Parts: sequence; structure tokens; C-alpha cells
Amino acid sequence: MFKKILIANRGEIAVRLIRACREMGIRSAAIYSDADRVAVHVLKADEAYRVGPTPAPDSYLNIERILDAARTSGADAIHPGYGFLSENAEFARACERAGIKFIGPPAGAIEVMGSKTRARQQMEMAGVPFVPGTSRALESVEEARTTAAQLGYPVMLKAAAGGGGKGMRLVGSAGEMAPSFAAAQSEADRAFGSSEVYLEKAITNPRHIEIQVLADEHGNCVHLGERECSVQRRHQKVLEESPSPFVNTDMRKRMGEIAVKAAKAVGYTNAGTIEFLADADRKFYFLEMNTRLQVEHPVTELVYGLDLAQLQIRIAGGEKLPFSQEEIQPRGHAIECRLYAEDENYFPSPGKITVLSEPAGPGIRLDSGICEGWNVPVAYDPLLAKLIGYGGTRGQAIQRLRRAVDEYFIGGIKSNLPLFRRILSDPAFVAGETDTGYLERLSQAVAPGPGGDHEVAAIAAAVFASLGIHNNEGTSQTKPQSGWKRAARTESLL
Amino acid sequence: MQYDININGKVYRINLKKAPAPEHPDRWTCRLDSRELIVDAVQLGPNALSIVLNGKSFEVRRESLTEGQRIFIRGRQYDVALQDPRSLKTKKRAAADTAGPLKLTAAMPGKVVRVLANEGDTLKAGMGIVVVEAMKMQNELRSPKDARLKQLLAREGMNVYAGDVLAVLE
Repeated sequence: MFKKILIANRGEIAVRLIRACREMGIRSAAIYSDADRVAVHVLKADEAYRVGPTPAPDSYLNIERILDAARTSGADAIHPGYGFLSENAEFARACERAGIKFIGPPAGAIEVMGSKTRARQQMEMAGVPFVPGTSRALESVEEARTTAAQLGYPVMLKAAAGGGGKGMRLVGSAGEMAPSFAAAQSEADRAFGSSEVYLEKAITNPRHIEIQVLADEHGNCVHLGERECSVQRRHQKVLEESPSPFVNTDMRKRMGEIAVKAAKAVGYTNAGTIEFLADADRKFYFLEMNTRLQVEHPVTELVYGLDLAQLQIRIAGGEKLPFSQEEIQPRGHAIECRLYAEDENYFPSPGKITVLSEPAGPGIRLDSGICEGWNVPVAYDPLLAKLIGYGGTRGQAIQRLRRAVDEYFIGGIKSNLPLFRRILSDPAFVAGETDTGYLERLSQAVAPGPGGDHEVAAIAAAVFASLGIHNNEGTSQTKPQSGWKRAARTESLL
Repeated sequence: MQYDININGKVYRINLKKAPAPEHPDRWTCRLDSRELIVDAVQLGPNALSIVLNGKSFEVRRESLTEGQRIFIRGRQYDVALQDPRSLKTKKRAAADTAGPLKLTAAMPGKVVRVLANEGDTLKAGMGIVVVEAMKMQNELRSPKDARLKQLLAREGMNVYAGDVLAVLE
């Protein structure tokens, strides 16, 4: 087994991986940029190495500096986490050349799955169903129009190198094709350095359901059921759960088998996730493969009673999968809330966390990368922590999360805690009626009436005033807003 | 002491007096509108209180805003303003905000990554003026109406706070 692992990441995932190392008796080495000198992952790790200034390209994306840190520390493996270099085939190769084990799949598998068109070609050969459309880059607007006419509108133009909703355009009719094609190409070029775009039939408000797979380096591959990830904003997940209230035993089995087939088709090893779109008829289509540990892996861990981070490390260390498909069974229900530093309009809200009060208690897991006094940097992703609720049933998981959300207090910056309070009490969510249009519908619906303890709040304000307590503590970087500014912002920006 | 507390437009008139009793050193009497209440309030920190009212227990937290404060109780938040009806300051501030040219402000703290217009430009409604980036998200500030860009305060590379004026239209 490895003696020391360098964690090439930051925030909550770095903390989660450091914990896995600690439990396994492996030393952990953190890396940090200037903004992260006193970040939680640096405080928790056995060792810490500065890799550069704050901007990610100079630090967390700087392959040479990270490998230097790994060599200095004497680490024999690198865990990339998610984001940053986790799906960078060049980084996986560089680790290999440096004689350091990359905890993840082979570089070749990352490469194939990193190109959506190449992935679709592979899936076509393997007999994996994918969203109807082209598997090759479109040469011209004319070709796009011809293909779209065959598929039937609406269609989706997508960047082959894409992700995160960039380079994506919904095209409703032939007349919209030319401008959309140009826009998608230029956006793809700017975001990914490749203007290659292809076409898919648009599935209206699908469910986003993904299957976790785990493969060792001895040819064994299992699936760990599904995660329902339909609650999204700007094509990014906000809440995930396992199992999906939509998926029955038969569908789970079929999706699982297809996912294992897809993974084997590209010689996949370690943990990976096959994302599918599912329509109302329970037909499902391959969307893409994420060749890394997912943000939302904890819901699978809780339902299957496994530690995916530790299994990743064991697999990379050459161990065989310790169980077969028949030996693993899901039990209970888990839901994850992604806490972002953002306001009610999903605008980022970085700044200093002045007060932090975290929930605990039965069925609650908190994977957090923040602490009181921490200055949430503006330079990185807004994910602060993941609050995960587990219960014997979906209903119990929801009840526990509602309770935990009310216990949670983050002062100084804005977070999306109020959004989770709303989702977890929303009848449609409680009934399991989520698809990728869910959050949009929720934000248009009228918020539930005030209720609450207004009189107590008023009395509390009077007591504060009477005690003469002046709050001098710097709050967030968000200056409080007048009604006018709020209105101006709504008019000019939304 | 009398306070007028405004929460979402509704005003609560509160008369508060410290009234310690031997076994209740943190007791206050409180007249809320026309009702008399006995409140037990203990300060837990600069921004935290424990309130026991009619046997009900409330953990209260607070954050200051420049105009008012935000009170948190059991996961809910209440934006609270202490009103002094005699003050002219509030009225003046309200007037200053609505009069004059239209100021466009940053919706989020971050860095100005692109400036798309020049001072003196005539803008059509919806035209981009400035792009601000924070936490991997870019936000384009657009002109809300047909207007002339009177003043452009944003410069490329500049760090801004939410609420900072980036451009003035007329």
C-alpha cells in the first residue's frame, strides 16, 4: 500500500481525501495556493506544500509545480479529487512518467471520455444507447440543418470538448440554426480551445440519473446503483440522492449493466460515473462519463455502506475489488445538499465566515471545507460544504435534512441554505417529482407565506439595541443593499 | 426604551425594560403593541441571544447590514430595521437613491474581466457594458434601457464589491 499520498486539490474534497488517508494509516500531503495558506485542508493534512499564487492556472492547475511538490514530499501516489486536473489525461501521463501512481483511470480512458464525440463513437460500438444525434463533428451549418431535420426539432448543439453548459445551444427550428451554430462554435473555442460541435436530439426536461461504477486493475467491474441528480441550476447539480425515486429494480439493473459495459469498452479502472438522461417513459441514454470521483459520491457511500475514496486508493494500490456485484445491496436513502456561497439569484458571495454553527446528530454527515474565520476566496468554485442526510426511507432522510438545515448557520456570507429549506418542504420534491426543469419551476412559483417568529425577531432586535451591542464585525463583501439597488440589479441583470 | 422595529414593512412598537428578579436576573418586561410580555433574554455573544418567552426557547443570531440587520431564528431569517420616525436621514437617503442618472452596480464581488463599452457611447437596451467574474462565474452587466454611457468607473482587472457603482447612464 502507498506510504504517502499527495492530494492535488483543495476545499471539502481535499479534506475528505485526507480523512481517508488518515483512516488507512497513509500520510497525506496537501498543496495550497497563496489564498489557501490557512484553508481547512492545509490545517488537516500531515504535510503542506505551496504550489503558487492564487489564480488556479498558476497553482492547482500547474502540473509541474504539483509534481515538484509530490517529489519533494516523497509521495508515491497522487489523488486529483474532482475538477482541476482530475480529468486531464496529460496530468495522468505526467504522473506516470514521474513514477507516481495517479489514483484514477488510465490516461487513454480519460482521453476517450473527455471528447464527447469520441465517447459516442465508442458507445455506439459497444451497443450502449445514447441520445440520438451525430457522433462526429459537424462540418457546416448545412450539415447541421440536414441532421436536425432528420432528428426533428428541437435539437441541442453541443461542444465536443464541453462541460458545465458552455458551448451549448438549444435550437428550436431551422431558422435558428445558423446563428446558434456560430455562437456555439465560438463559445466552445473560447472555453475549450476547440470549436468542434455536434448535434443531439433535445430531450425536454429529462431526469439526470447517473450510475457509479468501480473497476479494479484485474478486469473486475461492478456498479453501485444510481444517483438522481436532476435538481440543477445553470447545468450544475445542487441536490443529489440515491436511490432515485424514479428508478425501479428493473431499470436499475438495466442501467447498471449498461454502465459496466460502457466502462469495460474503454478499459476503465478505478471509480467512475456514467451519466444518463432518462425520459418520462424510463428510456435512458448515455450522456457522458466522468472519469473521477464525483462531488456527490457520499450518497452512494451511505446507501451501499462503502468508502469510495478508500476503495479508490486500494484499487490504485493493485488490490482486487473485495466484493462481487451480487454481494452488494443498497439500503436506506441518502440525499446531499451542496452548500454554495451564493445568494438567492445564484450570484457568488465570497467573503469572511464570521460565525459558523454546524449541524450534527442522527443520520447527518457533513463534508465541509470551511471553518469560522475562513475567508472564502473569490478565485475558486463556490462549493463550501456538502450536507448529507441518511434515513431508512426517503421520508426520514428528508426530515433529518430539514432539521439539520435549520441547525446550520453560516454568518458573514450568503449561502443557499434558504433554497434547501424550500426544496425540502416542497410537495413536488417530497413526491419525488424532479427533473432538470425542477429548480426553474420552483423559482417561478410563489414562495410559501411568511409564517415564522416575526414577533420574537422584533423583540430580539430591541434587546440587541437595548444592550447597546454594536456589531462591528466585518460582514461579507456584499454591501447591504437598498431597495433601489436591489431594483436596479433586477432590472439590469436578470 | 421604545423601539419601532420594521420587518418586511410591518412595524412592531416595543417598549422594553430590564426587570431582573432574584431567580431571573435576565428578565425584561416588554410591551409589544398592547400586550405585556415577560422575556428572559441572555446574551451569548456579540451577535447571539437566548430568548425564553412563555416557555418557548429561541436561539437568536444576528448579522449587521449597513441599513438594518438580519435576525436568524431556527433557520429562518428576518430583515429588521430599527426606525426612528423623527429622523430625516432615512428620508433623505431614500430620495437620493431614486433621483438622478441611473447607476449600474456590481451584483457580486469579483474582478472586472472585460469592459465592452466606452464613455460617451450610445447604448441600446440589453447591450453589454462590463463583465465581472467571481468563483468561475461570469456576469455581464447590461444596459437596462436605451441610454448614453455618461460615466464608466470600471477598469479591466479592477476588484469590485457587490453594490459598487460600475457605470452611470443617462
